[in-house]
Amino acid sequence: MYPAQFEYHKASTVKEALDLLGKYKDEAKLLAGGHSLLPAMKLRLAQPKHLIDIGKVAGLSGVKEEGGTLVIGAMTTHYAIESSALLKSKCPLLPEVAGHIGDPMVRNMGTIGGSLAHADPAADWPAAAIALSADLVAEGPKGKRTIKADDFFKGLLTTALADDEILTEIRVPAAQANVKSAYAKFPHPASRFAVVGVAAVLTMDGGKISKASIGITGAGSKAVRAKGVEAAIAGKAADAASIQAAAEKGADGVDVQPDLQGSEEYKKHLLKVFSKRAIEAAAAKK
Amino acid sequence: MATARLLGASVKRREDPRFITGKGNYTDDLKLPGMTYAAFVRSPHSHARIGTIDTAKARAYPGVVAVFTGKDMTGVNSLPCGWDLRKDKNIPGVVQDLAMVPHMPLSSDVARHVGDPVAVVIADSQDAALDAAELVAVQWEPLPSVTATDRATQPGAAQVHAGAPGNVAFKWELGGGDVDAAFKSADVVVKKRIVNQRLVANAMEPRACVARYEDATGDLTLWVTSQNPHVHRLLMCAFVLGIPEHKVRVIAPDVGGGFGSKIFLYNEEVVCSWATRQIKRPVRWTATRREAYLTDAHGRDHITDAAMAMSKDGKILGLHVKTTANLGAYLSTFGPAVPTFLYGTLLNGVYVMGAIKCEVTGVFTNTTAVDAYRGAGRPEACYVVERMIDAAAAALKMDPADVRKKNFIPKFSGAYQTHVAVSYDSGDYAKAFDRLLQMFDYKKFRAEQTEARKQGRYLGVGFSTYIEACSIAPSKLVGALGAGAGLYESGKVRVHPTGGVTVYTGSHSHGQGHETTFAQLVADELQIPMDQVEVVHGDTGLIPFGMGTYGSRSASVGGTALHMSVDKIKEKGKKIAAHLLEASASDIEYVGGQFQVRGAPGKAVPFGAVALTAYVPHNYPEGLEPGLEETSFYDPSNFCFPFGAHACVVEIDPDTGHVDIVRYVAVDDVGNVISPMIVDGMVHGGIAQGVAQALWEGAVYDDQSGQLVTGSMMDYAIPKADMLPMYETDRTETPTPVNPLGIKGAGETGTIASTPAVMNAVVDALSGLGVDHIEAMPLTPERVWMTLQAAKSKT
Repeated sequence: MYPAQFEYHKASTVKEALDLLGKYKDEAKLLAGGHSLLPAMKLRLAQPKHLIDIGKVAGLSGVKEEGGTLVIGAMTTHYAIESSALLKSKCPLLPEVAGHIGDPMVRNMGTIGGSLAHADPAADWPAAAIALSADLVAEGPKGKRTIKADDFFKGLLTTALADDEILTEIRVPAAQANVKSAYAKFPHPASRFAVVGVAAVLTMDGGKISKASIGITGAGSKAVRAKGVEAAIAGKAADAASIQAAAEKGADGVDVQPDLQGSEEYKKHLLKVFSKRAIEAAAAKK
Repeated sequence: MATARLLGASVKRREDPRFITGKGNYTDDLKLPGMTYAAFVRSPHSHARIGTIDTAKARAYPGVVAVFTGKDMTGVNSLPCGWDLRKDKNIPGVVQDLAMVPHMPLSSDVARHVGDPVAVVIADSQDAALDAAELVAVQWEPLPSVTATDRATQPGAAQVHAGAPGNVAFKWELGGGDVDAAFKSADVVVKKRIVNQRLVANAMEPRACVARYEDATGDLTLWVTSQNPHVHRLLMCAFVLGIPEHKVRVIAPDVGGGFGSKIFLYNEEVVCSWATRQIKRPVRWTATRREAYLTDAHGRDHITDAAMAMSKDGKILGLHVKTTANLGAYLSTFGPAVPTFLYGTLLNGVYVMGAIKCEVTGVFTNTTAVDAYRGAGRPEACYVVERMIDAAAAALKMDPADVRKKNFIPKFSGAYQTHVAVSYDSGDYAKAFDRLLQMFDYKKFRAEQTEARKQGRYLGVGFSTYIEACSIAPSKLVGALGAGAGLYESGKVRVHPTGGVTVYTGSHSHGQGHETTFAQLVADELQIPMDQVEVVHGDTGLIPFGMGTYGSRSASVGGTALHMSVDKIKEKGKKIAAHLLEASASDIEYVGGQFQVRGAPGKAVPFGAVALTAYVPHNYPEGLEPGLEETSFYDPSNFCFPFGAHACVVEIDPDTGHVDIVRYVAVDDVGNVISPMIVDGMVHGGIAQGVAQALWEGAVYDDQSGQLVTGSMMDYAIPKADMLPMYETDRTETPTPVNPLGIKGAGETGTIASTPAVMNAVVDALSGLGVDHIEAMPLTPERVWMTLQAAKSKT
């Protein structure tokens, strides 16, 4: 083993996990699928004294429908989402995005809640959560609260979750027949995280896009809503010229971070390209 | 009885079941009683003076057996550099002597790159060793550093070694013909800067070693991830530790890939071998992937200014190449050989050239040492030549295929003397290229490309008609060029009394499939079933001697040594058979697995019976030694020069700059082939590696901090299967006259050929916009998109 020594705790219930978190505080880290935390621990960049494994907590895994709302347990694996018949019919964006994550081994282990709570700026789920206007349910010592996806991502690896809270559920509305969605991603050639990822959810009114909800990941220090694109396309026909014009706003409000994958100029350009591709792909769906 | 020839048959690799089912036996699998575990304390700085090293806390940590620093290793010498570029050694081409700077197993004065080891913690468990290593407190005094190749010799650059002023490691030149005259008479001169970026080898198995000293006998055994265990033993015993070779056994068991990076003697192996003698317990070390990125020798890292002189009808009049080669912070085992004798000697390509001049400056920087990496010098040379051919074709507004055809060296066998020291063995370069064009349907492609351009699509083809030097190589020649070692190979064939055969080769398999190909070769020559032949390699205790595996030399050099031993076995067998058949040995021939009187198949003794007779010599020729075992050492008379032609078709996404490989066609000529399936596998893997250099891989250091930014598989993009197309491959077979098997070598051809093919294809795709060159690789989407934008803004 390469990591520093730690104590492993396996929680069976959310309450047990919360109690352990309350007890060990800063010395503890929650372990979900472990696909971000364990690599950091192997490099000893993270050296938590206690790992609280919530991967097998009863009730935290699985997908169900509750009166028009789809409820995805935070510990549901990417693969479970990718292969969920319920989601494929009622929220196809989630299985589509899941299929873009890592490789089959990563998808078999990694969880949607773990990824959202880690808030990697290049992860795929944050774009989808914003585009779907998901409600993220957190449980803490004082009970449950709901955080809007728009308010959840605060910065690089930082979320609205308090130190003593656990993300337990992701709630999204079951899609109506006139809602179309797509995810367009430019993957990093090594990590396959998103250099740029754009998730688009379009509410259609005949050939027109009556409303667009668009989440962007990858280019900045956190996932954001593409408000400029949304405003520009709303009420417009889903034609090439309108989509192109709206996509030009793709980089608005994104604090683009240059790195080895691209300069600010290039990444801003990619944001426009992938905004266009996401909207086009969504509009083209049946 | 006519048996099908095994030679040339695609036999399934017999080693694969154990690798695929997880039953391989790697260094890290070894468990010895009393084992201890080493963890190295490494420099977090690219350049820093080392103050005090406080090891007290680490020593006190539970489970820690010992902590050593460089100061403890008294009497231990510098790791040697095995290629001595010095004028007084009469090495040709030396302009400025190689600065033989020291490379101590543990640095104690200055750390010169991130990852430079300064102390080792040895403990009862790996956990304890890693934990305690974090407790070693080193007083670092950070110094300015230099990592970029083109900045190393600039005024004011940080000095890496006191013994190498201006960071110049050496200056060297090679050439022939009158270059000045060639350029004066040229109709067109094409000049390009060509950057061949730094690569990380990334073998699947990280480096590892286990060193065990036996106090009772004074014997030292080192299990190590080595491509050449005898070379490891020689270097470590003779140069570093000063212990006698006969008391040291080096074993390289299953090794999971090397690509060159496991040729060299490394700090950790030396430290563990030294430490086991101090603590008298076995010491094990296995690199983490992070350590692999920071300490396995890197590859390439050249900046070249090339000029090609052309006549207006497309003839190559001259080539002038000035290269700066980054050697890293230290001289790795063969570091100086790669950008000199393995590079300059290949600049003649497959072309008739009027004159060539090559000038190389080796420089030190605060980076991981650079040494041979699959192809080693030859990919860099091929890249320069093939890129310049295309640039010249563009300048002349000629078809790059036509320029190649105009300049090919005509078909020959025996010798073609180049301007750059070496003499080629045999070649039919036009034949391979014609076959490629035929498979590829070049005319059809150009029509498609024209159509695609009308639609705003960017489709391009790139050719690479490469040559490489392999089956490295004649000892006399490499000795004259500065090698500290001979480059022959040994092969021993032991026939057991019951007719089974064990083959001992000094070659080492770390993925190449020797256990299959050598068994195939020997079984074919003895005309016995393959399962009667076992192949042993990778152990200095079992194998007479060996120079190991690199430079595509195993089949041609190691295989020939075995072939020679088989011949000796047959000769001795004939004497035994002649005695049994009451015939003259000169009348005995070996046919179908039996010794028979020529022309009389009924009068025969089977191979097994001869073997048994050799060991139970009751009825036996007078004066003949019992036993049936022969050893040969084969030292080739020349390198072998495989060649071929590759074509790559790409399409560029103009929105993103992403390069999609649409087609890849390869025609290789590696001489005669033992196992077509294994050669195909090598070609496929090699192409993947070369394509990866063109499109994805590249080690990047931060200019300010000198940190390796691409220090993990999350950052450094090695190729994945879904990034590559299905390859279309074929072969022409031009046997080499150099060895009796006619084998040239196949291990590196794909890597050498493919990088320029991809680059040329991308440039061709953009040529409609006036692009005739892209200076740097990898061709990241951003780089391609920026090139496209710049070109568009000009048109």
